[in-house]
Amino acid sequence: MAYTEEELKKELETKEYEYGFVTDIESDTFPIGLNEGIVEAISKKKEEPQWMTDWRLKAFKAWKEMKEPKWANVKYSKPDFQKISYYSAPKGKDKYNSLDEVDPELLKTFEKLGISINEQKKLAGVAVDIVMDSVSVATTFKETLSKKGILFCSISEAIKDHPDLVKKYIGSVVPQKDNFYATLNSAVFSDGSFCYIPKGVRCPMELSTYFRINQAGTGQFERTLVIADKDSYVSYLEGCTAPSRDENQLHAAVVELVALDGAEIKYSTVQNWFPGNKNGKGGVFNFVTKRGICHTNSKISWTQVETGSAITWKYPSCILKGDNSIGEFYSIAVTNNYQQADTGTKMIHLGKNTKSTIISKGISAGKSQNSYRGLVQINSRAENARNFSQCDSLLMGNKCGAHTFPYIEAKNKTAIVEHEASTSKIGEDQIFYCNQRGIDTEKAIALIVNGFSKEVLNNLPMEFAVEAQKLLEISLEGSVG
Amino acid sequence: MLTIDNLHVSVEGKPILNGINLDVRAGEIHAIMGPNGSGKSTLALAIAGNEDYEVIKGDIIYKNENIIELAAEERAHKGIFMSFQYPVVIPGITVTNFIKTAINANLRARNEDEMPANKMLKKFREKAELLEINSQFLSRSLNEGFSGGEKKRNEIFQMAMLEPSLSILDETDSGLDIDALKVVANGVNKLKNKNNAIILITHYQRLLDYIVPDYVHVLHEGKIVKSGGKELAHELEEKGYDWIK
Repeated sequence: MAYTEEELKKELETKEYEYGFVTDIESDTFPIGLNEGIVEAISKKKEEPQWMTDWRLKAFKAWKEMKEPKWANVKYSKPDFQKISYYSAPKGKDKYNSLDEVDPELLKTFEKLGISINEQKKLAGVAVDIVMDSVSVATTFKETLSKKGILFCSISEAIKDHPDLVKKYIGSVVPQKDNFYATLNSAVFSDGSFCYIPKGVRCPMELSTYFRINQAGTGQFERTLVIADKDSYVSYLEGCTAPSRDENQLHAAVVELVALDGAEIKYSTVQNWFPGNKNGKGGVFNFVTKRGICHTNSKISWTQVETGSAITWKYPSCILKGDNSIGEFYSIAVTNNYQQADTGTKMIHLGKNTKSTIISKGISAGKSQNSYRGLVQINSRAENARNFSQCDSLLMGNKCGAHTFPYIEAKNKTAIVEHEASTSKIGEDQIFYCNQRGIDTEKAIALIVNGFSKEVLNNLPMEFAVEAQKLLEISLEGSVG
Repeated sequence: MLTIDNLHVSVEGKPILNGINLDVRAGEIHAIMGPNGSGKSTLALAIAGNEDYEVIKGDIIYKNENIIELAAEERAHKGIFMSFQYPVVIPGITVTNFIKTAINANLRARNEDEMPANKMLKKFREKAELLEINSQFLSRSLNEGFSGGEKKRNEIFQMAMLEPSLSILDETDSGLDIDALKVVANGVNKLKNKNNAIILITHYQRLLDYIVPDYVHVLHEGKIVKSGGKELAHELEEKGYDWIK
């Protein structure tokens, strides 16, 4: 049984996206197109207060004047923003008091996604907020959390129930006019998650959000806001999937993290949006703005495993405003077939003794392009700032590309900035060695990729790490040449 | 256990082996010697099933089955093991993890259950003790930063853990100083029993001072030109390979 390149190619073609099912749920979807009326209608649908409607309209006004950024190393035909529906919600009650009220079809979806809510409740102790299309449909564990004063709910609820917190922090890390997609999101976001950890509280469980795009022809624009008050701690997980569709679906999310003095936020993402088919048709355009601000002695750690999407444009960043604050970025980005990823981070050192670590692992297969783009900026007042960056690329076959664009701006002489980079290829000798020990080629690739990604996988919470490992295996099935 | 019958092997269209015949029974140690380029490593890789080594003619019968059409991993599942001359590095995967993966892959291929963790641990401890390997070694990345001696010990340790029926040791002595050579040879001797067989591939006679073969074969231009007992190795050492050509 020879494992030739031809056979590998065949296998690659037959590889299917596991989460490509569509759930048959009636949904409440807005007509396509975008104008002030739609923005107002979204706000009205969500029963938002006037200040929120105004905030959205302000963003929309700004967006109309903005152009899509072109600097990323990705090629795609521009989405027609007038052909997208900006609001879609599973029909039925907007909110559920318990899981019993949730549409059984929806629950089946969650089961297919591998989210057995009850099981998670019992075993893992993970509180889950699920956002289907654009609307939050279920938040588990709310009571347990509220005993500690932790707020974990959809952003829509937060706007109604905790307006002071939302008003104070929304747009404080990612301003309305930050960039084209963030501004669009500010105008049309339909839901997302909100989390507040009170002073000195250590969140006793992982908080988790699952995002899923179900409806055709819709964009998903969720907005997440996490606030960790002084000396608190929270670990937050985010997972995403979408059905296989021929057209490209747009996903433009905004995540804002606020770590007040002495707080720590660990934010982990496993992104598995539909990557498009083997010919590069369909797939999600994933244009995401994620940023956190660190106050004195605080820490924000981003960990991401990016295996999905036709295009990924994403730079989870840290503004190290407070002295002694720490920013971390651990990333695995996998691209196969015609996927394109331009991802990385920005570490903005403003405070003294601020530290940042960047570990980026890019894995490219098929005809994909995988770019790391990172900025390390040391401000003039950031005495003794430290950064360590490591960017490793792993190539499979000879039709893919790996690119690294590290930018370093150091305006303080005491700064120490280190950058290491490597590029390697999975060797036939490595595969044969594994084969000789009885390990088949698929498993051998998985093993090599897992070894390559280990430093990042180690930063994921346990349950997530297992899932991420499986995802890596699926994404790269039969991709060595 | 193994019968090689008129084996012809080409690499990239170039004939390397030109009609090898070899019989190996359980409990035997065979040494394959020969000058550089005589086809020793090709023979090892052809038995192990490397696809770059194309069988043009002839058969490899292992445990009464012709294995020339089997993939390398399928041969491994049936108990064929090869100790590599140049073991590969797999960063981020520990020796333990790699061996555990291999053992379970073999068990699954034989439709058996994976080895429970406690049993696995016990086995690791036993074999590590047998080969005088400390536990620290087991948690290092596979072959990453290993010295020549460590790499070869790791190969023999894998052999101990996988318990193959047929082991092919390709130039296990190359790159080893005399102390490392003794350690590795000792390990092999401990693993030898009446149910398994070993093919030693070596350029020099010195390994055969420590692992004593039952038969010695001399390979030249892709053919076995002389076979004999262990004395043949000494004769070669004295007279050099020119004598055989």
